[in-house]
Amino acid sequence: MLNAFRPSLVMIVLFSILAGLVYPLTITGMAQLVMPQAANGSLIMRNGNWVGSSLIGQNFTAPGYFHSRPSATSAADPNDASKTMDAPYNAANSGGSNYGPTSQKLMDRVKASIGADTAAGFTGPMSGDAVTTSASGLDPDISPQFALAQLAAVAKARQMPQAELLQLVEAHVMNRVWGVFGEPRVNVLQLNLALDQLKQGATESRR
Amino acid sequence: MTLAGWLQIATVLFLVVAASVPLSTYIKRVMAGERTWLSPVLVPLEAGFNRLAGVDPKREQSWLAYTMAMLMFSLVGFVTLYGLQRLQGYLPLNPQHFGAVSPDLAFNTSISFITNTNWQDYAGETTLSHLVQMLGLTVHNFLSAATGLAIAFALVRAFARSSSTTIGNFWADMTRSVLYILLPGALIIALVLVSRGVPQTLAGSVTATTLEGAKQVISLGPVASQEAIKELGTNGGGFFNANAAHPFENPDAFTNMLEIWALLVIPFASVLAFGRAVGDLRQARAIYAVMGILLLIGTCVAYWAEAAGNPLLAKLGVASAMGNMEGKEVRFGEAMSSFFAAATTGTSTGAVNAMHDSMPPIGGLVPLFNILLGSITPGGVGAGLYGFLVFVVIAVFIAGLMVGRTPEYLGKKIETHEMKLAMFAVLLYPLIVLGFTATSVLLKSALDSLGNSGPHGLSEILYAYASTNANNGSAFAGLNGNTLWFNTSLGLAMFLGRFAFAIPVLALAGSLAAKKRAPVSQGTLPTHGPLFVGLLIGVIVILYLLQYFPVLALGPIVEQFLMHAGKTF
Repeated sequence: MLNAFRPSLVMIVLFSILAGLVYPLTITGMAQLVMPQAANGSLIMRNGNWVGSSLIGQNFTAPGYFHSRPSATSAADPNDASKTMDAPYNAANSGGSNYGPTSQKLMDRVKASIGADTAAGFTGPMSGDAVTTSASGLDPDISPQFALAQLAAVAKARQMPQAELLQLVEAHVMNRVWGVFGEPRVNVLQLNLALDQLKQGATESRR
Repeated sequence: MTLAGWLQIATVLFLVVAASVPLSTYIKRVMAGERTWLSPVLVPLEAGFNRLAGVDPKREQSWLAYTMAMLMFSLVGFVTLYGLQRLQGYLPLNPQHFGAVSPDLAFNTSISFITNTNWQDYAGETTLSHLVQMLGLTVHNFLSAATGLAIAFALVRAFARSSSTTIGNFWADMTRSVLYILLPGALIIALVLVSRGVPQTLAGSVTATTLEGAKQVISLGPVASQEAIKELGTNGGGFFNANAAHPFENPDAFTNMLEIWALLVIPFASVLAFGRAVGDLRQARAIYAVMGILLLIGTCVAYWAEAAGNPLLAKLGVASAMGNMEGKEVRFGEAMSSFFAAATTGTSTGAVNAMHDSMPPIGGLVPLFNILLGSITPGGVGAGLYGFLVFVVIAVFIAGLMVGRTPEYLGKKIETHEMKLAMFAVLLYPLIVLGFTATSVLLKSALDSLGNSGPHGLSEILYAYASTNANNGSAFAGLNGNTLWFNTSLGLAMFLGRFAFAIPVLALAGSLAAKKRAPVSQGTLPTHGPLFVGLLIGVIVILYLLQYFPVLALGPIVEQFLMHAGKTF
């Protein structure tokens, strides 16, 4: 077995260099050169500030914005590092609730979500994504049904006609490609950015 | 269930089958040491590696020498990976200044990656530096997959050869697997992933100010390079905690299809490569068919369960049209989440694009059943092929007993010695899985780790040991595995699941290689065609269903009934 030691060690070192440095760094170099916007996280800049990534969801609570799905991400409690606290859409610590289908905690949380959504003036039956947390806790999208359920509430808060808002939402619905691939969805951050732009005419630029 | 959903599943399956045929010719040539179209570039590199390592690739090894090389290579890999994690705080490329990984977590993660399991007790973005991700995890994503392919083709040679004392050269097999198959594939896939938005940067994170004025710290890193090999090498360890559900690992429907394709294509192609190597493609097609049928059945069951949704939520007034969306991403939907779950557990990948813990009971039963089988439909890179061939040997033996013929496979007589080795490998799995599960259920400290109570809690523990033992690595992630007991016992399950299976397989290879290849005669039981396909499925399902039925009844099956009865925990 000992005569296998030298090849083992040498191969580990060589492959560490090849697969652990050359491979990722080559891809990093090529990606940074050819497609820096995608390689750096698809970040969105507005008025000189990063406002987020078009791929990463954000937490929206204000009445004038479309809300994202509930999120189960957490963060370390600043008062007690051994504990965690709820921190929706914490993009530094992704994860789902991992509640099983018969979990009482799941039922309680969904009930609370339904209550909050009703209080916020959302209409119609709750679509499946509206009251459930995603696997990553960072889902950037909602279903078109959930967007439409929020239409009246957002229009009221923004004091704009529902028809105009409906147009904006419909323009942001991404349908299945060729009617087959993907799921119908609406990117919440981009929809809300467009909403802000309608009002302020703020300039958005992307790196 | 929707037509678009089925069409997406069918498209990926079609692309896998279409690609596996040409790829199998290529894999066969690579593993036979023949020239390929990449040889002009790679031969000098390969020769350089061999020279520095003092390896003569032409010098064949006995099964024992082959095993020793494989074990020593894994041991050195384990020690270096453990060291990297423990010393992480002193090493460069650590923009978030993470300190040393704790000893039990580093032990668990090291075993996890050298065994191609990639169980995640670590949370990538909050534990590991970029250096450890690249130099540690990415490297072993390549090496553990290559080791699997090497073992598989040692066994393939044993069937192909007659009266041979050797089964190949481990160093040549491993090196060629990485250089010719995994590295070129990963390069292309990584670049495609970046083009769709998977980050590839050395920066640690960016802080954004959200529209509502809050701070959002967004973790970044060299994700695409790790993601590509993680799927292609059927590894599954994510850059991020949420794995392939994270929008940065899997941004849209296209990357999702690519990732499912990538994790299925080498395992399926390897089966056909086996057929080419033994000179009888019909044998490979029978195995290919069984793997495909079991994968498809699993996908259908999971999709049905997912699309049906959770009746308990429907009672609260949630529309059931979208199915069960807890732990799902909107961009993937039910069809492609169910298919991903079946594919990732049918292979030894264990990457997830939805949280298996939150699947409906019968939906969760599918991945659980796949990993209890040992992830062999179609299995991990290499590991699927050798794992499945062990089943074939057993099926041939059982068929031989039934019809009163000498059991033979590919002209090799299956005798007592071979059966002992095959049964040792197969019986060890339930012993490890059920033994550790039973022990954990009795430990107060283990039960404190549970994320869910009731039957679902039992499923969480069972899933953890089944997953680690099958070197899969997916999880019912509500269970907190980062405790001393779980890090250690799950580490042991991974270790035994890989090596206590691979060593008998290599011994089997040694014994089969030494046998004469008998010509096909009147008395030979045909091991291709629908009859044998049916027999294989029967043996796999009956052998395994009987062993695990009691514990499955206490877990997901009873939970399904309780869910419909309106009971919560």
